[in-house]
Amino acid sequence: MDKRAKDLAEAVAPIPDGASVMIGGFGSSGIPFGLIDALLEQGARELTIIANNAGAGETGVAKLLRDGRVAKVVCSYPRSPGSIWFERRFEAREIELEVIPQGTLAERIRAAGAGLGGFLTPTGYGTLLAEGKETRVIDGRGYVMEGPLHADFALLRAEAGDPWGNLSYHGTARNFNPVMAMGARHSIAEVRHLSEAPLEPERVVTPGIFVQSVVEYGVRP
Amino acid sequence: MNRLSDSDLAARVARDIPDGSYVNLGIGKPTHVSAHVPDGREVVYHSENGILGVGPTPPAGQEDVEMIDASKRYITTAPGASFFEHADSFAMMRGGHIDIAVLGAYQVAENGDLANWATLDETFPPAVGGAMDLVVGVPRILVMMRHTGRDGEAKLLRRCTFPLTGLGVVSRVYTDLAVLDVTDAGFVLVDLTPGNSLAEVQAVTEATIHT
Repeated sequence: MDKRAKDLAEAVAPIPDGASVMIGGFGSSGIPFGLIDALLEQGARELTIIANNAGAGETGVAKLLRDGRVAKVVCSYPRSPGSIWFERRFEAREIELEVIPQGTLAERIRAAGAGLGGFLTPTGYGTLLAEGKETRVIDGRGYVMEGPLHADFALLRAEAGDPWGNLSYHGTARNFNPVMAMGARHSIAEVRHLSEAPLEPERVVTPGIFVQSVVEYGVRP
Repeated sequence: MNRLSDSDLAARVARDIPDGSYVNLGIGKPTHVSAHVPDGREVVYHSENGILGVGPTPPAGQEDVEMIDASKRYITTAPGASFFEHADSFAMMRGGHIDIAVLGAYQVAENGDLANWATLDETFPPAVGGAMDLVVGVPRILVMMRHTGRDGEAKLLRRCTFPLTGLGVVSRVYTDLAVLDVTDAGFVLVDLTPGNSLAEVQAVTEATIHT
């Protein structure tokens, strides 16, 4: 089995206009900067971006927002220092925003990958973010019903990968990458080191079954 | 009135964190707490982006760009640290495994309601992050905040006016003017910043402070 793509451009070629795309990372760590740049170059528009943050400065998701490629952002924490492109698009009402509590975002993505129809969480019960959602009281405690969150594609960043699509991570760069690998129908991983040889099985964090293509990108900006 | 600096306020919170605790520090003022934990106590800091055992800031030039905390500051690891992915990280938070969370707030009400993720300004995008998960899962929620807003408006209220993060979730509030417990009877005074009188603090607090 060989899931290696020739380059970043080949890896992102299948992403069409209107696709939903999960993008790994938290703050500045674990972000697939190379794949995002390749997606920008590729030109897909009207994207739904599912990520924890909405980018900062002129890097990553912020570039997609800057260049008008994004129709909708689904995230937990869009506003951060330097998130100027998100704020401009939001204030001009050029993008739709769905804010989801961070743990619910991760678990909805996991549910999609794990084949679950949803779950009951106490997070958000009684708040604005639970309005219109099914609720239930179990043993005196309120829960909100949350459904799975699927995506057409996921763009991931990992430290090491092999031709089978197995991935391992570095430090806090792991974050959303493993759940997004599960939650998307087609997951593309950018890795710092892509080896010919298989990774040590004990070192694998994301099993290759969740990854459809893998490409080396050694730069860590 | 005498107002504690952010650093002194962090030290006041740190005094109340017991040895052996697993603690999550929110973005902003709470991040200063770890620098003030008294010698001899081991506290394990959790950061929602996937680390237990957050260590001190690295020396300049030795930062690892992939090692950050929830406030996006560069970090190191403490002895006994571990890394994990987001769904596991939030299982720790919702599942009752973290002992204490220290959070910032826009408003706290006398019934323990917390508002810290959105205002009433529709042009100001909301940002919930992990706050709603923390308040439902962590048994002891400590809030660190200025007692009053920029224009002197009260932030310790009978009922919150901003959208809620959680209902009845706050255990104790540490402000620059006083420390208050949230009880079934409402706010109860724990201590005052030295030099302040209860009458002075009550005058800038909408809710009643009980003694």
